[in-house]
Amino acid sequence: MSAARAYGLIIGVVALFALVPLAGPSNTLLNGMVLALLIALAGSGWNLLGGYGGLFSFGHAAFFGTGAYASAILQSRYGVNAWAAFAVAIAIGAVVGWVIGFLSFRSGLRGSYFALVTLAFAEVFRIIANASPFFGGAPGILLKLDIRPANFQFESRAIYYWIALALVGLTMLVMRAIERSRLGAYIVAIRENENAAKALGVNSLAVKLKAIALSAAITAAAGALYVQYFLLVNADLGFGTWISIDALLAPIIGGLGTVFGPLLGALLLHELGELTRAIAGGVPGIDTALFGALLILVIAFARDGVQGVIGRLFARMTRKTAPPAIEAVS
Amino acid sequence: MARGATPLVSVEAVTKRFGGLVAVDGVTFGLDAGGICGLIGPNGAGKTTLFSLIAGFERPTEGRIRFRGQDMSGLPPHSRALAGIARTFQIVQPFAGLTVVENIAVGAHLRHKRRADALAKAGEVAERVGLGRERDAQAAGLTVAGRKRLELARALATEPALLLLDEVLAGLNPSEIRDILPVIRSLRDGGVTILMVEHVMQAVMNLCEHVLVLAQGRLIAEGEPRQVTRDAKVIEAYLGEGAAKRLEAQHG
Amino acid sequence: MLAPDILLSAVLNGLLTGAVYALVAVGLTLVYGVLHIINFAHGAILSVAMFAAYFAWMAGLDPYLAMLVLAPAFYALGYALQRFVISPASHGEDQNVLLVTLGLSILIENALNAAFHSDTRSIDVAYGLDTIDLGFTFLPLPRVIAFAVACAVGLALWYLLTRTDTGKAIRAVAKETYGASLMGIDVAHIYAVTFGLGAACLAIAACLLLPSYYVNPRVGEAYVLVAFTIVVFGGMGSVPGALIGGLAIGVIESLTGLFFGDSLGQLGIFLIFILVLLLRPTGLFGARA
Repeated sequence: MSAARAYGLIIGVVALFALVPLAGPSNTLLNGMVLALLIALAGSGWNLLGGYGGLFSFGHAAFFGTGAYASAILQSRYGVNAWAAFAVAIAIGAVVGWVIGFLSFRSGLRGSYFALVTLAFAEVFRIIANASPFFGGAPGILLKLDIRPANFQFESRAIYYWIALALVGLTMLVMRAIERSRLGAYIVAIRENENAAKALGVNSLAVKLKAIALSAAITAAAGALYVQYFLLVNADLGFGTWISIDALLAPIIGGLGTVFGPLLGALLLHELGELTRAIAGGVPGIDTALFGALLILVIAFARDGVQGVIGRLFARMTRKTAPPAIEAVS
Repeated sequence: MARGATPLVSVEAVTKRFGGLVAVDGVTFGLDAGGICGLIGPNGAGKTTLFSLIAGFERPTEGRIRFRGQDMSGLPPHSRALAGIARTFQIVQPFAGLTVVENIAVGAHLRHKRRADALAKAGEVAERVGLGRERDAQAAGLTVAGRKRLELARALATEPALLLLDEVLAGLNPSEIRDILPVIRSLRDGGVTILMVEHVMQAVMNLCEHVLVLAQGRLIAEGEPRQVTRDAKVIEAYLGEGAAKRLEAQHG
Repeated sequence: MLAPDILLSAVLNGLLTGAVYALVAVGLTLVYGVLHIINFAHGAILSVAMFAAYFAWMAGLDPYLAMLVLAPAFYALGYALQRFVISPASHGEDQNVLLVTLGLSILIENALNAAFHSDTRSIDVAYGLDTIDLGFTFLPLPRVIAFAVACAVGLALWYLLTRTDTGKAIRAVAKETYGASLMGIDVAHIYAVTFGLGAACLAIAACLLLPSYYVNPRVGEAYVLVAFTIVVFGGMGSVPGALIGGLAIGVIESLTGLFFGDSLGQLGIFLIFILVLLLRPTGLFGARA
């Protein structure tokens, strides 16, 4: 695929999505879309490490919450400007990712062990955030309502939507660039056969650390934006299992290791959630239960997610082979 | 073989113990640049362990390994690849989901940072090993012979000075072997030094100017192929004690 | 310094808790040792078992009697789950099993949540508040019974694994799957049996916990994280490791709670968990990582 097509497709999709608020949607719909985009962003972060890298984290909440709490604490306790706090929160997220990665990868953890240790880290963060006064304890941290663009607070939801969309779009462009780079080739090689990769000169520890730091940064951005939008973060919202699960569900359902997977998956999950809520009334947890079932079904029948299914249908119709995981430059 | 001032690889009294098991026992030899050297010996002799030691996947319990005069101790595999040592694996695992050329590009990226350059180099290497036609095929769909060539190509793409081939002929039928031998020879002609573990004696005799024989972790013989295969110790290592005498008695 | 009888009391209570922890953990470690998978749905199954025990009690069945009904029932459930859901859905890949068991845990826990809401329920039994007087401390009777039953189950498992044919088949599959299949052992069946045994242990643990603990959809999750720690600490796949590890963790948790307060008790366990994973993933008794 040529560079123009590879990046052009992303820009096209983002442009299309940008039109949504202009069609005059209801506040509820817009709100739902913002949340879906936040999940898509968090999921994109997970996708880099899990989809491309094959390292399944069950504790990405650790990074989401870090972004949210870092931004909230910087603003509310140290009076840092909201935009600066946003940027710093992302950087802190990257550092936390790097540290967790260093501890885990140096010990050679992968597969189920890696999933377990990331789950444990997220839980530890949650417990500490819940208990420690520095993190606001159980009530968490509230951002003062002060609607000014300079304060990263807006009257209109549409602006949050566009910001979230811009971040998702930027992330997708970065993912595409990685796909077409040496880093991307190395990440996939490590996933497929780490020893062979090492023998070919790949410094697997360094590559994995880059991947997890970037992955954490992206998910931290989602967390920081979350706290700007809702003006609240507490231990369960920031570090709870809900976001660890959503962050992995979206890319798996949408298409592991693909650029559009997380966005596709997040939208699908959002729609499914809405649908079940409409059908099942106010019963709590039915939509999430369904997501669990969906995860099993996807793994059982459509391992490459919705994108894979569409891709295979398309291929069957046009009689070509399915696109490879890494793009070759034409 | 012309004896240069410093050998390309120098294995100095290397021993490797795994708990109570001695896999490699006080092995010492030097390998000069620009030839094909065979490493033979009965199963369990320690050949693959020796490869792992040279490539950096295992650390010697005793002794050291020098490459181009430099002590390699403590250097991880990827640094050794950068220094010029490449290895293939006995059990060939291509990077699934990638095409042949994308597989090779992973190796090419060691010396070529840009994707376009790496892919171009990978294409060249694919041609060299005879995979030109399959360059855009899925690597997972290759035959055994194809996979062996891919393994070779990946290692070659790192532009090594020393290429460690671990049973690259295993699993190939006679005509496939016959087809791949010239490829290996052409690598040597291109300036790569090759150390190959091999059980296929025909190939060893055909390709190697020099042969090392390992048995029970010890280097029991080295020299020209013809010389080594007649060595009584070598015969006994493969066929058992007293075999040399028995054979002599039978054939005079 | 704390009085020795307070310390001793904490240790004893820790042992009592630890025995039930061990029972929860032993199923997890068996499944890992034999199937080489980490069953993320373990906690969800425990939650279901606790609800089952609760409803059995509502129907008039004392928890200790319900054990006799629920253990075989959950054995069958576990067997079916492994044989007809987890295994086929995973297509034999470990990465997939991870996700399938995660999916199961999400499905089960939220289904429970939807059906029963997150209200906490508890039961009242005649002996619920009885205690055993040791002079320097009182031990709650239900927890002593739990300890005794858990130990009995541990012994029964040991007997099963070492003296029966099925047990030997299980150990054979754990050690060398391919070889076992060549010997004519039906590996898929053994996998399912092992899973079923794990679920049965959970059912028994649930019945033992019910008199002194509460029931809500998140209970399983809380217990299973401790179970993970025990399994990793005692050695993945080691049954004695899970039993001894369970007792040890129970005591550690009790002492940590004594010195640092309850909310940090859980934190201590997680930190141990992380440390063990990072430093010695094979645990105290485990063979492979």
